[in-house]
Amino acid sequence: MSDALVTLHDLTVAYERHPAIHHLKGSFAKGGLTAIVGPNGAGKSTLIKTIVGLLSPSQGKVELHGMKAKDAAFLPQSAAIDDTFPISVADVVLMGLWRRVGAFRAIGAKERQIAADALALVGLEGFEGRPFGSLSAGQRQRVLFARLVAADSPLILLDEPFTALDARTTLDLLRLVQGWHEEGRTVIAVLHDFDQVRRFFPETLLLAREIIAWGPTEQALSSDNLRKARAMSEAWDEDAEICAGVVA
Amino acid sequence: MTMLYDLLVGPFADFTFMKRGLVACLALALGSGPVGVFLVLRRMSLIGDTMAHSVLPGAAVGFMLAGLSLPAMGLGGFLAGITVALVSGLVTRYTPQKEDASFAAFFMISLALGVLLVSTHGSTVDLMHVLFGTILAVDDSALLLMASVATVSVVVFAIIYRPLVAECFDPAFLRSVGGRGGLVHTLFLVLVVLNMVSGFQALGTLMAVGLMMLPAVAARFWVRQVWSLAGLSVLIAFASGYAGLVLSYRFNLPSGPAIVLTAGGFYLASLLLGPRGGLLSGLSNRRHLAQ
Repeated sequence: MSDALVTLHDLTVAYERHPAIHHLKGSFAKGGLTAIVGPNGAGKSTLIKTIVGLLSPSQGKVELHGMKAKDAAFLPQSAAIDDTFPISVADVVLMGLWRRVGAFRAIGAKERQIAADALALVGLEGFEGRPFGSLSAGQRQRVLFARLVAADSPLILLDEPFTALDARTTLDLLRLVQGWHEEGRTVIAVLHDFDQVRRFFPETLLLAREIIAWGPTEQALSSDNLRKARAMSEAWDEDAEICAGVVA
Repeated sequence: MTMLYDLLVGPFADFTFMKRGLVACLALALGSGPVGVFLVLRRMSLIGDTMAHSVLPGAAVGFMLAGLSLPAMGLGGFLAGITVALVSGLVTRYTPQKEDASFAAFFMISLALGVLLVSTHGSTVDLMHVLFGTILAVDDSALLLMASVATVSVVVFAIIYRPLVAECFDPAFLRSVGGRGGLVHTLFLVLVVLNMVSGFQALGTLMAVGLMMLPAVAARFWVRQVWSLAGLSVLIAFASGYAGLVLSYRFNLPSGPAIVLTAGGFYLASLLLGPRGGLLSGLSNRRHLAQ
């Protein structure tokens, strides 16, 4: 356990008193590249939002080893971002430097250089002055990945990063994720595409409100486990007040 | 030349109440411009309207206790507005109800309470004054209050600018890095209420929101950066105040509606002519596509 970066201790999170995920136990290893997959409503986003501190556990806890939740670099689902807001590409990427500059410290030449380098890395060199809203969906996602690059965090959490993207952008961004993995960063991503997971993600957590499997991707995504996950999500009673474990 | 002077400058040189009115418009424009821009960007345009109505019972209580005194009515209005904003915020947070629904519920309760208080404890003239304001009766204490609100607004905007932009654009990201999104949202609502209160002596509770929203929505047809939107809104709001005062003096019209209607004129002109999404620019684009 000594090489764990994120440990879930009997983690239960509820929305309006209905548990969305419950009794999750286990660890994400330092430097690991893990996909979180599962049926709709399985609690994937809930888990990632709880790790980053946006949701509070109803029971149990998330333990981060040697870092704070606010030092993680988080990519929300694209629907959570207001892409009509009048903001420049540079300002979006500079948000990634929040740990350095916070709400008040000045942004100087050094910070602008970091943003420019991050944009170059995602293939958007010279896009600093463009309005974010005028970009294509693929370019916008590249900008948000540049924000993650600028954040330079040991833990990167991605909530459905490749939804509705073209194949070329997806592949470029997947290479970037692999680069982070090679640099020893820990990456946890909520994903839907099993082929993508099998090709690029060595570890998988299969979730259906509780852990169905967690380990090397091929084993986690065995047809047995997938069938179990589907059955779990279909058998789920939406109106259950509280799970048996919490009552006990 | 003299005619032009008599029309555009004369009234302000000759009459103190016109001078005060103009300074009041400048103060209102400086505070309300940026507030309106962020209300529009946060898609809270109509919440501005509900907030304007919810200050009424507080203003009425202030009026009952201290008569026609802006500081007393202002304080009462501020407390009522903040209460509605905070209670609506709490309801949104702890129940499945959305913010616009809870705002609508509490502002109606507040408005009805306000009308009840004013009509049982004051005359129709008082009610008209609270609802529609009289910019030409702005006294020193009212002017001081408006200037203070404008100053506080500009300073608070400067302080919360970065987190406020992040909160509008990507609230989940801001919270993930430990930014105090809730605090920023609350401070912003305080600014909204403060500027409503500042505007109601001059324009009345019903129309204070006009000088806040119309310049902001008009500006969106011309520019597209936050700072330029705020700057242009201030300009349009002040120009509306000035032109509205001139019109009200020249044609003997009530000043509040004259000012807000002028701002409405700026909005309609922008809707038609604005290069960023205006109707004419849309037409010329279509023609371009057809060729």
